[in-house]
Amino acid sequence: MDVRLFLKGSRDGIPIAMGYLAVAFTLGIAAGNINMDALQSFFMSFGMLASAGEYAAILLIGSAAGVIEMIATTFIINLRYFLMSCSLSQKLEPGVPMWKRLLLAWFVTDELFGISSAVEGYLDPVYTYGAAVVSVAGWCLGTVLGVVAGDVLPVRLASAMNVALYGMFLAIIIPPARKSRFMAILVAVSMAASFVFANAPVVSEISEGFRIIILTVLIAGAAAFIRPIEEEG
Amino acid sequence: MFDKRVYGSLIVMILTVYAIRVLPFLIFRKEIKNKWVRSFLHYVPYVTLAVMTFPAILTAASSVWAGGAALVTGIAVALLGGDLFVVAISTCVAVFLTEMVIL
Repeated sequence: MDVRLFLKGSRDGIPIAMGYLAVAFTLGIAAGNINMDALQSFFMSFGMLASAGEYAAILLIGSAAGVIEMIATTFIINLRYFLMSCSLSQKLEPGVPMWKRLLLAWFVTDELFGISSAVEGYLDPVYTYGAAVVSVAGWCLGTVLGVVAGDVLPVRLASAMNVALYGMFLAIIIPPARKSRFMAILVAVSMAASFVFANAPVVSEISEGFRIIILTVLIAGAAAFIRPIEEEG
Repeated sequence: MFDKRVYGSLIVMILTVYAIRVLPFLIFRKEIKNKWVRSFLHYVPYVTLAVMTFPAILTAASSVWAGGAALVTGIAVALLGGDLFVVAISTCVAVFLTEMVIL
């Protein structure tokens, strides 16, 4: 195993862990409100690694939903990970063994997907594992802290940490936009369309998860028609 | 307290999420040859992350001004060549300072 690559991943996992700590903390509070204990919340966060998905899970458990409803809701809310996994599956060298792929699949979150996509050329999953160890620790710790001590984190600090996740996204999308005019337009169009979908009547009724899927399919699909990528060997 | 219903529910949902994440890796074990599909999957991350960032960043902090400051700072630091860690921390600092001024 490439230790240096693992450590590089761990370093890039630090801002993710900070953001996760803040987000998971609020999840923990919600879990505590329906009387889930620290161990149950830890199990949920470790297993699901999904923010909106876990909020839904808490609501479903709290309302004693049936199995079909749980599967259907979880499926719809987390469907965007399907697209992300499709994209990542093509970023791996053909020789990467299956067990490494199965482990990588566990860590397909918005943020870990983001930094893994930003790697030049093929992705060595070791990098993602390094980032995952640090960030999953932050995610689980945040959840448990939220359950056992809902009011230890000052609001202002939590609010500042919350933004770290978006800062990371900017660090991933801005550099390619600076290098290529097409990427700059792509990013700008995506943001503008997202703004419209978040505010316009009718479309803003669509859940956030579905808005992301619809816009991604439409815009990335159009971009692939307009500017097919050149083969990179 | 060991609650069978809670753990049962969690296991069902954990398996559902994992199934969504793992299926593409099982289906696409080889490189896809179709140029359009390859291009589409190449653009997916940038579009998805851009869509998730804006306008959500504006409401991520306790005020729109702080969120806006984070957006501008993040873009500026990324343009100046800051790496992932530096850009992320710079947005946190921007929020913290802005909130200190206005709150």
